[in-house]
Amino acid sequence: MSDVAVIGFAASDRSVTTSGVETLVPVFEQALDRAGLGRREIDFWCSGSSDYLAGRAFSFVNAVDAIGAVPPIAESHVEMDAAWALYEAYLKILAGEAETALVYGFGKATAGDLHRVLALQLDPYTVAPLWPDAVSVAALQARIGIDAGLFTERDMAEVAARDRGGNAEELLGRPYLSNPLRAHDVARVTDGAAAIVLAGGERASRHRERPAWITGIAHRIDAQGLGERDLTEVPSAAAAARDAGLDHDVDVVALHTPFTHQELLMRRALDIADTARFIGTHGDAMFSAGLSRIGAAAEEIMSGRADRAAAHATSGPALQQNLVCVLGSNPPGSNPPGSNPPGGNQLGGIA
Amino acid sequence: MRRAAVLGTGQTHHRTRRTDVSMAGLCREAIDRALADADTGWPQIDAVVLGKAPDLFEGVMMPELFLADAIGAAGKPLLRVHTAGSVGGATALVATSLIRAGVHKRVLAVAFEKQSESNAMWALSIQPPFTAPIGAGAGGYFAPHIRSYIRRFGAPAHVGAMVAVKDRRNGALNPYAHLRQPDITPESVQASPMLWDPIRYDETCPSSDGACAVVIGDQEAAEASPRQVAWIRATAMRTEPTFYSGKDHVNPQAGALAAQALWTAAGITDPLDEVDVAEIYVPFSWFEPMWLENLGFAGPGQGWKLTESGETRIGGRLPVNPSGGVLCSNPIGASGLLRFAESAMQVMGRAGEHQVAGAATALGHAYGGGSQFFSMWVVGRHP
Repeated sequence: MSDVAVIGFAASDRSVTTSGVETLVPVFEQALDRAGLGRREIDFWCSGSSDYLAGRAFSFVNAVDAIGAVPPIAESHVEMDAAWALYEAYLKILAGEAETALVYGFGKATAGDLHRVLALQLDPYTVAPLWPDAVSVAALQARIGIDAGLFTERDMAEVAARDRGGNAEELLGRPYLSNPLRAHDVARVTDGAAAIVLAGGERASRHRERPAWITGIAHRIDAQGLGERDLTEVPSAAAAARDAGLDHDVDVVALHTPFTHQELLMRRALDIADTARFIGTHGDAMFSAGLSRIGAAAEEIMSGRADRAAAHATSGPALQQNLVCVLGSNPPGSNPPGSNPPGGNQLGGIA
Repeated sequence: MRRAAVLGTGQTHHRTRRTDVSMAGLCREAIDRALADADTGWPQIDAVVLGKAPDLFEGVMMPELFLADAIGAAGKPLLRVHTAGSVGGATALVATSLIRAGVHKRVLAVAFEKQSESNAMWALSIQPPFTAPIGAGAGGYFAPHIRSYIRRFGAPAHVGAMVAVKDRRNGALNPYAHLRQPDITPESVQASPMLWDPIRYDETCPSSDGACAVVIGDQEAAEASPRQVAWIRATAMRTEPTFYSGKDHVNPQAGALAAQALWTAAGITDPLDEVDVAEIYVPFSWFEPMWLENLGFAGPGQGWKLTESGETRIGGRLPVNPSGGVLCSNPIGASGLLRFAESAMQVMGRAGEHQVAGAATALGHAYGGGSQFFSMWVVGRHP
């Protein structure tokens, strides 16, 4: 088994076509350049994307053209945000099946009506036929949170003001989009692509002066039924955070929350320290957004701005599926000052 | 590398339309059988990996989300794999990696397709912008590759019919198979309608609703099993683009390289000699001889001779698709996992009437896209 680190990250906030090819070529170049690796030195490629976003079957097949897979490569794909593709690549390195990996995600969410398309993630027999769009489902969740006294519309507006500028008072004067959500409570729908280069053990240190070591990564899913759980709790995120060894020692946090109230719910579920700095976003680039959050957290480590960072990715309606990744400037095996007490810093569920 | 083994398998009865069950019910039918076969309870499952082909086949975006509870994944890690037709194989390989990485003890791999929920032809016919239309369907796409194979090596026309007869008769021995035709003959195959020259109706896979599930465990779990397990001796995956200068659809590089890596990792130097049974992804009859060559069981132009000699029947030197294969059951997303599961059933001695006597080493194989995604494993009675 080998320790695994992020050694390169690049992202784009545009997508030329739904195939992703034109967008991915320069993103790969940048990520590989930052990692100091050539394309042929990648042992395993893994991607995340969605056919429904592209509006066609087998949408990931064309994206392989961006790699230049001649001679053939070892490659896989998840129909999920690419944060989960990173998890698969991490496994391959941990299992000793690869030493380096490039993970990428892409999506052109503006090609369709995203919030209506996402209604097709719901139970096709009993819920989806009602076409509850993603904003309406999120509004249900926000309403329950407000009614439970967990946060107010002002708290939500303050999250938006922090990331987008302006002041909460002024935002609260604007009309509802889907009560209690206003336009500023909903992440901007954006196109995008992202790539992360991973390397194991000594290989990571050789290519990057200060790799961002993955000290823990874990993910869980909750049952989807909107009446099957308390929508103000996110048990899958809390369990993933526990498995990933997330604690109050993180300097900086990058959450993937497509709605303002979801950041407030995630702060509670993940028990994030008040002292942690938050990295804001400028939109939700479907299927690369979660990977980009890991990239943003890793950049904090690689640049020396932080010693420990946490990233989060979500998928499904109302924060159904969640992944937590904790990164540090030291490999998980080492024992630097200020690190976790024994047992608190293990790789997700790995003894 | 840590060891991993198949502890048990399960599959549904495959049919054109399983209107008696929902998608959740279909998956559970396979999962419940796999858990019983593996003598494993729900609390022992640490994670679930779900594979299926395009979401448009059912008309549900990322169906694993709504299925999470039904497939026992609620509160656990769930991964959703999609690598085109090879996805069933890739699903087993991702589950294997979870064990080999030391993250989990027992992982459930599930794959399904319920084509009756939507319209697969519609799903495959959506024209993406900026892409030249092929407009041929799967049969029309692969038929020229078969013609190329026949022309390149002068293969006689009846070999395709021989494969169809063998696989459909094998399917008659498999209680779960969609098509079970014990009375099929070379003459009846050759009298069936021509669909995409040279592929006739009886040489084509069906469209099926179906699911398959496999429980994969670590060494400790395998050694605790009171029954014979299938040790995963080697795995391989390779990808190449759909089209490129020099692409050989008859003998794709990605498949040949995956096979080489597989045999090397399994310590196999002569696959024809050392492999006892092979479950190979054969959606159209002629892909049996083509893949026999691509996999290294036969040299270039020798695959059809191996098939013609009868050595790929049960009882032959290398029985191929004793389950009946994709020609008998084709729930697309599950078709690859079925090949992997059937290879495990053979070495576990649990293949019932289509058991190959003394099978100790078996190949599971799947491919997808434009003959560009390949996944395979070798399982054995011993690690």
